[in-house]
Amino acid sequence: MSAIILLLIASLSVAVVFLGAFIWSVKHHQFDDGFSPPRRILFDDPPVENIPDQSINKK
Amino acid sequence: MATTTSIKLNCYHCGDPCPSTSITLGEKTFCCEGCRTVFQLLDHSGLCEYYQLNDKPGTPRNDVGYKDKFAFLEDEKIAARFITFRGDQETHACFYLPQIHCSSCLFLLENLHRLHPGVITSRVNFEAKEVSIVFNQGKISMRQLADLLSSTGYEPYISLRDLGHERPAVDRGNIYRLGVAGFCFANIMLLSFPEYLGLEGSEIYLRGWFRTLNVLLSLPVFFYSAQPFYRAAWKGLRQRFLNIDAPIVLAIFVTFGRSLYEVLSGTGSGYFDSMTGIVFFMLAGRILQDRTHRRLSFERDYTSYFPIAVTVSQGDKEVSRALPDVRCGDTLVIHHGELVPADGIITKGQGFIDYSFVTGESLPVTKYMGELVYAGGRQTGAAMEVLVVKEVAQSYLTSLWNRQEDKKEEHSFVHLLSRRFTYIVLAIAACTAIYWWSHDPHRIAAAVTAVLIVACPCALLLSSTFTNGNILRILGHNGLYLRNARAIENIAATTHIVFDKTGTLTMPGSQDLEYQGIPLTPVQQKAVALLAGQSTHPLSRALAQHFGKTDPCRIPGFREVKGQGLEGWIDGNHLALGSYAFVTGSVIDEPYTCVYVGWNHRFLGYFQFGNHYREGIGTLMQGAGASCRLSLLSGDNDRERPRLQALMGGGAHILFSQTPEDKANYVRKLQGRGEKVMMVGDGLNDAIALRQSDTGVAIAAGGNNFTPASHAILDASRLHRLPLFIRYCRMGEKIILTSFILSILYNIIGLSFAVKGNLSPLIAAILMPASSLSILLVTYGSATRAAKYLGFVTAVPAEKDHAPA
Repeated sequence: MSAIILLLIASLSVAVVFLGAFIWSVKHHQFDDGFSPPRRILFDDPPVENIPDQSINKK
Repeated sequence: MATTTSIKLNCYHCGDPCPSTSITLGEKTFCCEGCRTVFQLLDHSGLCEYYQLNDKPGTPRNDVGYKDKFAFLEDEKIAARFITFRGDQETHACFYLPQIHCSSCLFLLENLHRLHPGVITSRVNFEAKEVSIVFNQGKISMRQLADLLSSTGYEPYISLRDLGHERPAVDRGNIYRLGVAGFCFANIMLLSFPEYLGLEGSEIYLRGWFRTLNVLLSLPVFFYSAQPFYRAAWKGLRQRFLNIDAPIVLAIFVTFGRSLYEVLSGTGSGYFDSMTGIVFFMLAGRILQDRTHRRLSFERDYTSYFPIAVTVSQGDKEVSRALPDVRCGDTLVIHHGELVPADGIITKGQGFIDYSFVTGESLPVTKYMGELVYAGGRQTGAAMEVLVVKEVAQSYLTSLWNRQEDKKEEHSFVHLLSRRFTYIVLAIAACTAIYWWSHDPHRIAAAVTAVLIVACPCALLLSSTFTNGNILRILGHNGLYLRNARAIENIAATTHIVFDKTGTLTMPGSQDLEYQGIPLTPVQQKAVALLAGQSTHPLSRALAQHFGKTDPCRIPGFREVKGQGLEGWIDGNHLALGSYAFVTGSVIDEPYTCVYVGWNHRFLGYFQFGNHYREGIGTLMQGAGASCRLSLLSGDNDRERPRLQALMGGGAHILFSQTPEDKANYVRKLQGRGEKVMMVGDGLNDAIALRQSDTGVAIAAGGNNFTPASHAILDASRLHRLPLFIRYCRMGEKIILTSFILSILYNIIGLSFAVKGNLSPLIAAILMPASSLSILLVTYGSATRAAKYLGFVTAVPAEKDHAPA
């Protein structure tokens, strides 16, 4: 029956890892701003070389 | 583009209507030079994605700062307030930009490095409306950085408050506690299952393992997660008040003590899952309720209205000086759009001072050289110089804040309800003890503790915190931002609403014009526009604006008599605009603000100026008048009385020429009669009354960054929905009561087991989450349904969420 005890320890340690991850993410301001991150990822990085030549009427 | 064919054009940058079609670039039309400049800048830097992410994302550039506006950032002492880190190669600075409102803002502000090579990176905190910029101090200075931000249309908002106050640290303690409680609760529940399902003979030795682990897992919850409840209960007890936290703490203690005893004595498995469960749910509710709007400040005083530094004229040069260092005898240069920071005498130039925020007067006041100007007014004319006669800290305006009002501590109805509830529970526990004492004394302890465990008013706390949290959230989506959950109760109890006029019911800075007399011919209209366009007087400017822009030209014989009027010859006709005396030569009593028109020395008629009311004032008054008594207190003169009386109905009290103290006294008088007063105002002249009232609602218009201290902030465009908000808060109170009755039913079921002394951990383990979850669903669901019924937005707000700052 020591298998159950091993499993208990294993499951608890996995849970502790997740608790640690949660505390780490709160500490690193992951929950402070819910607006920016999902939008920031959608912005394209422009090709660097065509910056100087932008026509005004480009829409 | 289709819009070019329509007559009404909107600015490509900010979306405001364009007064003329003269400012264009390619196919795009702009409302002002400021907007066009921003567009050009972004276009040259290849940042036009800004305009593609959202339609017309810019903010109107009404108050474009003058050249040296941020000169004060060269002062190390002031600049250090905005610097968060300084290294050899790079400096980190943080600015508050109230204009941030959409993903375009995010895009532009995080691409600042493409506008200036000195910027390394920038990052926006959207909730706080702040941008943190990492820059190379060798390539760009703080002042240039602020100028760079201004040039993109995001001018940092810097006020005197930034000089004195430290940033409050964000408290994340309860979130950690919630995480720990959730972790322990879930694991204890898992470990309790085997015992509930029954362990067979060969597995019985595992029971010790499970129980030990449960005890260990419950310790962090008992000693760490439940702390906020201990603190609140202790605070209540010290004030000799039994609040809702007291019986909850009692229940937590009893449950923990009895469970520990059972496990140690080997008589049972205890109620650890129930205990950690209630702590977890109650913490979640409390966090939901206390999650106030972080980007809003409800505690503002005059310092966040005043500038951080002013321009001081020293001989022939102008220097920037921090406001607290300004002394009597200094000469200040007040530019267009700037605030007069201290009482002083005009020594150069002319003042057109807008006192609407301070006194409630709707029209700007003209002040000439040698006249006294009071702090708090905003210069709307050209630059002037002012000799300081009173230090900033001693002016009339700041004295408004140095008063202490009588603060009374009232207790929420949830606490009062729980107190009664607690007495009943204690009575039942006593009866149970007496019963078992006479029948089977061995079971007294078991039965009494079971009663206390089951009857914990956690359901009441849950229902109130979750309902309030949901209501706060929904109201926030709809433009009413409350300071805390107490405000909901106070709004629901409102019996009397007191309105301010200027800036609250009226739109600041805009006037209605009405012409009375012999109709003007088109030639005459053009002449009026031309002549009025020559003057900078507020009334002339309003007139010129009314007739549309004209090209400036020289008018022969033009003469402006200060405080009287203007005259000149236009195409061979003589035109005079001004007071009755100026135009006709005879004096009459002028009850209204009028500009009289004389054409070739003949009196034609007059323009009457009236306040421009916000939309939906009629519906607001009707809706509010149905459930509350109404009053109006204005610092302005009584020109608008007939119109307001008609709007508000005959029963409303309307008082004019009220000082800030008068307003507060009026509110106090109403409260003395037992009324619950809601004060709706916007300016500094309402500040004392807002604090005195039971619910002070500050009105925030789009561009305005400042609201006085209050209990709630209401978006000006949603003012007409105020009656609905009151109704919604009343519904909220009913929802809490209903769910409380539901929780009492659960308690009766639980108690029926408990008084008999056979509350098994299994029953407790089922009853606790079942009751908590069902109450959660009922309160959350009904609060959302009630909001939908009233036509509120309940989901995440649209991207363009113009929350006031």
